[in-house]
Amino acid sequence: MHINVMADVVQIVVFLVILTLLAGPLGRYMAKVYQGERTFLAPVFGPVERLFYRICGINRDAEMDWKQYATALLVFSFIGFVATFLILMLQGYLPFNPEKFPGFSWDLALNTAVSFLTNTNWQAYSGESAASYFTQVIALMVHQFYSAAAGMAVAIALIRGIVRRKSDTIGNFWIDMTRSVLYILLPLSFLFALVLVSQGVIQNFSPYKQVRLLEPYTYENPKLDAYGNRIKDTQGRPVMETVTVTQQTLPMGPVAAQEAVKEFGTNGGGWFNANSAHPFENPTPLSNVLEILALLIIAAALPITFGHMAGKKKAGWAIYTAMMAIFVIALAVMYRAEYTGNPLVQGLGVQGAYMEGKEVRFGLGGSVLFSVSTTATACGAVNNMHDSLTPLGGMVPLTLILLGEEIFGGVGSGLYTMLAFVIISVFVSGLMIGRIPEYLGKKVEATEMWMSVIVVLTSGVLVLIFTSIALITKAGVSAMGNPGPHGLTEVFYAFASTSNNNGSAFAGLNASTLFYTLTTSIAMILGRFGPAMATLAMAGSLAKKKYVPPSPGTLPTDQPTFILWLVSVIIIVGALTFFPALSLGPIVEHMIMIGGR
Amino acid sequence: MKKEIKTALLLFAVLTLLTGVIYTAAVTVLARLIFPKQSSGSIISTPAGIPVGSVLIGQPFTGQGYFWSRPSSTPDFPYNPMASGGSNLGPTNKVLLDKISARVHTLAAADITAPVPSDMVEGSGSALDPDISLASALVQVPRIARERHIPGAEVRGLVKAYTRGRWYLFLTVPRVNVLKLNLALDKLR
Repeated sequence: MHINVMADVVQIVVFLVILTLLAGPLGRYMAKVYQGERTFLAPVFGPVERLFYRICGINRDAEMDWKQYATALLVFSFIGFVATFLILMLQGYLPFNPEKFPGFSWDLALNTAVSFLTNTNWQAYSGESAASYFTQVIALMVHQFYSAAAGMAVAIALIRGIVRRKSDTIGNFWIDMTRSVLYILLPLSFLFALVLVSQGVIQNFSPYKQVRLLEPYTYENPKLDAYGNRIKDTQGRPVMETVTVTQQTLPMGPVAAQEAVKEFGTNGGGWFNANSAHPFENPTPLSNVLEILALLIIAAALPITFGHMAGKKKAGWAIYTAMMAIFVIALAVMYRAEYTGNPLVQGLGVQGAYMEGKEVRFGLGGSVLFSVSTTATACGAVNNMHDSLTPLGGMVPLTLILLGEEIFGGVGSGLYTMLAFVIISVFVSGLMIGRIPEYLGKKVEATEMWMSVIVVLTSGVLVLIFTSIALITKAGVSAMGNPGPHGLTEVFYAFASTSNNNGSAFAGLNASTLFYTLTTSIAMILGRFGPAMATLAMAGSLAKKKYVPPSPGTLPTDQPTFILWLVSVIIIVGALTFFPALSLGPIVEHMIMIGGR
Repeated sequence: MKKEIKTALLLFAVLTLLTGVIYTAAVTVLARLIFPKQSSGSIISTPAGIPVGSVLIGQPFTGQGYFWSRPSSTPDFPYNPMASGGSNLGPTNKVLLDKISARVHTLAAADITAPVPSDMVEGSGSALDPDISLASALVQVPRIARERHIPGAEVRGLVKAYTRGRWYLFLTVPRVNVLKLNLALDKLR
């Protein structure tokens, strides 16, 4: 398949310009939302908001200290977990189940509930053949709103900690949660869902549809006895029977509504097994770029929100620039790897871009841009199969996840992880040049350093420990879908994805075994709530501090030098932690591939 | 703590009512009103009203007189929409290389000689890809023309008429929808 590189480059550059142009206005709007100001949506959602507060007994003027804020987050999350777990287990008895799917097994229900609760959306089940409409909407989609809103709330609490002076409180979790949903996620998703339907994304509650194939398809199938065992002839060979397929069953459902919030909330949990590669989730090249825009935009706008709330717009754009720098590097490396392709396949007489696992309608540019965006953010939706990427091409999404999901990152979680890196960078540079470490007028002291290190290193520690356990147990190794170094990469990717709450997969790995459902559940919970709690503790500590006005001894944190320094710290921390594992997986496989054996 | 649990339960309930029930219902109703065809799966029907497929979901073709779709690795039979998802075979996996090699040979037997366009022998991410690249359609033209006893130029013209994506705002690969093209071929006769 011939690829026009110039066209792809133009597509990507235009896309990044549009993203940057939209980040400013959305960032300013979100700052208004979280500062409790009146927005243009107030006539619509103001009455709803007030009604919700009255029903729930929420006092608009009440504020929380960090422990109360953290408690509220945990209590809300736990209730969501229980509700989802029960719905999944009891699916068979619940309505809106035209295909009569039975309930999930307990470990799969646990894994799935944890996964959606933590904004991971790791999926060890296939939506079209296991989940009813009720499950998809009430058990899973609502969490795509809540987990995103919760992430945004934690980030906003940290911003308040940086901004406020000598304050005990960092905001009200209930209000931040409600306003995130009402003023940001819900209106954006509503409009985008309709745009997606215009492109062909389905939205209905019909039973699955039978259609006649234009040409019947015939194949040989092993004959089974009444017990489901293969029947063998006298010589022990399986008896085959000819099957003629004349019909296709098309799965249906209210897909567009979920697809929209799946992207805006960097959730990534698709309706179908093939996720955004499925034509009913992502039907056209236009729907593809819009989905990529949707999954990046809130995470890209939050640094701008931060700049506005802090009254230091340049500090917000400095963070945006650092994120964009790493993003562009990743795009270039991955595009080059996929464009160069697979010499082993080219040797068989195949011409053009490497298309295994990719859709024709997205081409190379639309596939690479999606993969980089979905793993730079904590989205984890996929429009091509990462397991089939070239070794170096597949290493880029893996590395972006391993860096800790702060290159834009998850909505909210990306910003708070990035701010932890900023604080570490300020501290290290302060040590190197002998200045008192401070950020935006707040002194960086032991508490901030401890909490930042927890935010930054939790996922790395989880990834390495769990990958090691998997590699020395039979249950861990036997689930690999590919032999050799590629199998190692599958396992490594699985724990990277779950510990960092991304949710994408090298999907050849059989993730529905008891070993993986339980280990990835633990990784998802610790990887989500460890850093979130540390962030809130840091917010509480920072809020209490007094403001130190800038002096000649203050390190400027919005200059190119600091941006470059921040980028270097992120890459060095990532490289030191993960280089050995990357060498054994993708890098070795690359050597094998270009060596031709 | 008791108060927090009560607040959380109530907030969970009202938010679920809003985002789960009201939002989904509103999108469904509007989608069906404004885009009735797209929202229900972009189904193509015969003039008699029998559904013969969705524009968006590929179908398997093996007959010499039809354009062939990309390879599909879904369980049971190719293009089984009940089990979307790619092969997930890695680039150095021998199973993948053997499969691609076998497909190259199958194409050679149908007079499509190497080098063959990559999308013709490599499976898609959904395994339901409704499209093939323009190049993959053009290499099949001589076979179709011979089987159906139609001039090659006419078949090529049909392919060109069904090619999409060359002028798109976000540029993409020129591509052809296989089901639509084959339906048009059947009409030609």
